[in-house]
Amino acid sequence: MASVFRFSRSINRDTRLVSIQFENQVIEAREGETIAAALLANGIDFTRKTPVNGQARAPFCMVGTCFECLMEVDQIPNLQACMIEVQEGMVVGRMYGPRNPDDDT
Amino acid sequence: MESEFAIVGGGILGISIAWGLQRIGRDVMVIDEGDFAFRASRGNFGLVWVQGKGDGLPDYTRWTLRSASLWPDFADELEDTTGIKLELSQPGGIDFCLSNDEAENAVARLSGIRDSLSIDYPFEYIENTELRKLTPEIGPDVVGGTYCPKDGHVNPLYLLRALYTDFQSRGGRVVNGVSVDKIKQENSGFRLSGGVEMFAQKVVLCAGLGNRKLGEMVGLNVPVEPNRGQIMICERVIPFMRYPSVQIRQVGEGAVQIGDSKENVGFDDRTSPEVISRIARRAIKIYPLLSHLRTIRTWAALRVMSPDGFPIYQQSDAHPGAYVVTCHSGITLAAIHALVLTRWIGGEDQPKNLESFSGKRFSI
Amino acid sequence: MVGCTAQEILTMTHKSPLVIIGAGPAGLAAADVAGRLGIDTIVLDDQKSAGGQIYRGLSDIGDNLLKVLGPEYKSGRELVSGLEHASVTWKPQATVWQITEDGTVYYSDPTGSSYLQSEQVILATGALERPMPFPGWTLPGVMTAGGIQIALKTAGLTPEGEFVLVGSGPLLLLLTRQVLNAGGKITALIETTPRQNSFRALKYFPGMLKSRELLRSGIQLTGVIRKHGIPHYRHASSLTAVGKEKVEGLQFRSGGRMHELGCSVLGIHIGVVPNIQISRHLNLSHDWQPVQHCWYPRTGPCGETELSWLRIAGDGRGIFGAKAAELQGTLAAWSAIVSLDKTDQSGAKEMIQITKEKLLPLSSARPFIDCLYAPSQEFLTPADETIVCRCEEVSAGDIRSYVDLGCTGPNQTKSFGRPGMGPCQGRYCGLVVSELIADQRQVPVSEVGYYRIRPPIKPVTLAELASLHKQGM
Ligand SMILES: Cc1cc2nc3c(=O)[nH]c(=O)nc-3n(C[C@H](O)[C@H](O)[C@H](O)COP(=O)(O)OP(=O)(O)OC[C@H]3O[C@@H](n4cnc5c(N)ncnc54)[C@H](O)[C@@H]3O)c2cc1C
Ligand code: FES
Repeated sequence: MASVFRFSRSINRDTRLVSIQFENQVIEAREGETIAAALLANGIDFTRKTPVNGQARAPFCMVGTCFECLMEVDQIPNLQACMIEVQEGMVVGRMYGPRNPDDDT
Repeated sequence: MESEFAIVGGGILGISIAWGLQRIGRDVMVIDEGDFAFRASRGNFGLVWVQGKGDGLPDYTRWTLRSASLWPDFADELEDTTGIKLELSQPGGIDFCLSNDEAENAVARLSGIRDSLSIDYPFEYIENTELRKLTPEIGPDVVGGTYCPKDGHVNPLYLLRALYTDFQSRGGRVVNGVSVDKIKQENSGFRLSGGVEMFAQKVVLCAGLGNRKLGEMVGLNVPVEPNRGQIMICERVIPFMRYPSVQIRQVGEGAVQIGDSKENVGFDDRTSPEVISRIARRAIKIYPLLSHLRTIRTWAALRVMSPDGFPIYQQSDAHPGAYVVTCHSGITLAAIHALVLTRWIGGEDQPKNLESFSGKRFSI
Repeated sequence: MVGCTAQEILTMTHKSPLVIIGAGPAGLAAADVAGRLGIDTIVLDDQKSAGGQIYRGLSDIGDNLLKVLGPEYKSGRELVSGLEHASVTWKPQATVWQITEDGTVYYSDPTGSSYLQSEQVILATGALERPMPFPGWTLPGVMTAGGIQIALKTAGLTPEGEFVLVGSGPLLLLLTRQVLNAGGKITALIETTPRQNSFRALKYFPGMLKSRELLRSGIQLTGVIRKHGIPHYRHASSLTAVGKEKVEGLQFRSGGRMHELGCSVLGIHIGVVPNIQISRHLNLSHDWQPVQHCWYPRTGPCGETELSWLRIAGDGRGIFGAKAAELQGTLAAWSAIVSLDKTDQSGAKEMIQITKEKLLPLSSARPFIDCLYAPSQEFLTPADETIVCRCEEVSAGDIRSYVDLGCTGPNQTKSFGRPGMGPCQGRYCGLVVSELIADQRQVPVSEVGYYRIRPPIKPVTLAELASLHKQGM
């Protein structure tokens, strides 16, 4: 019944286009927006599976307070996607449950 | 409110004693303070720890060893009756040494304890390269560590919840939000008050740091002092740490818990950034991969310390029927408190060498 | 272990007479006052751009977006210029994670953790959206109205497909208008304000009349909704978000029967509450507000707290809106400056008086709004199956069962089932857990209390904590 969880680019912002890599696909983003915003615009419908019961979660507050948008960004796990701006070539992945202890910078 | 036994204090000690008494058929009520009270039980590290315990009092080493061996059955029983998993694991534990001095001291202390005992006291010192085989993630700053196969850990919060659940389903009563400020002996028992009036034939003081004042009311000398411990907890990670240690353990749900300082700062349970920073540095030296983990919370709790660090178990001479039970290691000793000590309080039989733990040792 | 005293560690820190935490209207106004007087000031905010929740991203706003958001957003641009004074240092992306009782402010930014020593601190950390728990609110696609608005302000995004908005409060209605202005579509607007709130609010209506601006925007909004022919349900209750892996629809009761609407994005909102993480972790006193159902830190007329060096301004002190926040920021700054003793005292005191007078009429509409939009009971004490702690996945029924086991307050329930122990540190469950306990025990929330908030307020790596120590050696 319902369509995909996605946001449209209703207002044109004249910032540069950048490409970021999300789980083996390349997606388009606009400079100056956060990873979370870019994912919403690309219809990526969840950002993590919880370490407690494996539930899917997606950006909720967009201001860094709910921690639902935890993702792996350039190999650093559990970063808040709504607090980090996109950069050309950035590699972003979902978190599936708890992080690995030796993933690091 | 009336009952045969009133337990003052609903921390891990109080509820262990209450549960044990209820289990042998006594009628018990637990009286506890409100939400913001100083609580060692809710801020502690969760170790079931044998290594190093009892330096200077062999009876305490024996007592601790016995509790550690009672733990598996104790946990099984609670898990069966409540369905709450306690996450007990006793794979042995390591005390890491970051310098040769630390290593020498640790070995000297453990050898001293072993020599004072007639029973088997297993431990070994393992150097870095060998230790690496047990726990490959340690860093180069670790000189070695002492390993004791009897050590382990448990989820102290689930333990508390399981004891409360089972105690109440066996008919035990909990009076919450009441701070007992008066205890008076009357002909057949004790009248307790603190906003409400309660009566019990016997009273057991398990009020942690509150025991000092309450003890005076029933002729018991309980010279306990607060000792602050700061702890931090990091985000959940996939299980990797095989052995708990005094400073670091990975808890059941995957979070890594790091502690703990020992500070004499009175009734101050705030954390301080300097101490937390120092704890973090030591932890990273032991397990360098921890440096990338995020700390979710830090907290501090007050240990309940007697002058020599050993428990106080005593019945009042002046007011028979009034008991005090206090100790620092309430998690480790939960099994023996619940299963053995309650037999003495309940009037069934007295464990050997109980006098070693009398508070009279401080009155000389 | 290497011993090293607090004093030694802190010798390497930066010092600044005034530190302002939060660069929303309150913090910016405070920075402007200090900047004009040439007082060295550091402003920290965890976001990349200044402006706070309302004026986020407006420093580089395009005219397109300004049209969509409304003319009142222009004033945001002026406010942000408060950071341009020579004596003001602006630190974006700096998250404060602890303040100690000597006024040392610990924060982390993309380069790591540091600390600042200050003589005066102004807390201007604003509000959070009130948690609105109901079955299914954790599904992907369910977002706060504030979050959706941020996506619009900072990235020009609006929800695609079926977009349903549910809840109550001015922000919900404002977002409705902004989404429509941006050319977005809204499938339905569902208001959960209980019928009886209107009657209760009526007696405060004269106060509302004093605030022409608010009244006008309220009336305009109703017109906009009608013009777009958006289905508008009122007095809705019994919400459930349905869906398997993400939200697919919303069930609710309105007008005496159940409805189900399909949706791909569900915006939820029931007002905002002060963000009290920092004032709580400092153990300051907080007072329960029975109408607004939240805590306000205890403050004096200029935002003074129990700590002589700390003032609170803006929504973090109490919810009075952006304009009032600005004035409160001004007030707090002048009052801090009086304490610093850096300027002509009588001039400062006069400014305090003038600002206080300006503030007065702004609070007159508040009792009406607070009463009208008081949250409905089903979100204060949700149904048993509702997850209340999103991080640790603890349900309302779990909390009730812990109370039955003898827990009297939220710090006890924390130890029974971990609510509030996840990375959000109770921001989205604290209020609900206290309400649930109070309801189950049949006592007022003020008697139940709140979580003891422990540092770090935001997660920091062990390496950062360790490095704080090293710097001082
Ligand atoms: C940092 C730290 C780490 C620890 N790590 C471990 C470990 O790894 N392994 C281990 O075995 N042990 C550990 N412990 C110790 C363990 O937590 C304590 O031994 C145990 O909690 C003590 O229990 P208690 O019941 O005496 O005290 P508490 O838990 O403090 O409980 C006392 C209770 O009595 C109540 N009370 C006080 N006065 C009154 C009154 N007048 N009327 C009514 N109620 C009252 C209080 O509110 C409180 O609930 C640790 C302790 C700390 C502080
Ligand atoms: S969406 Fe809430 S923290 Fe990022």
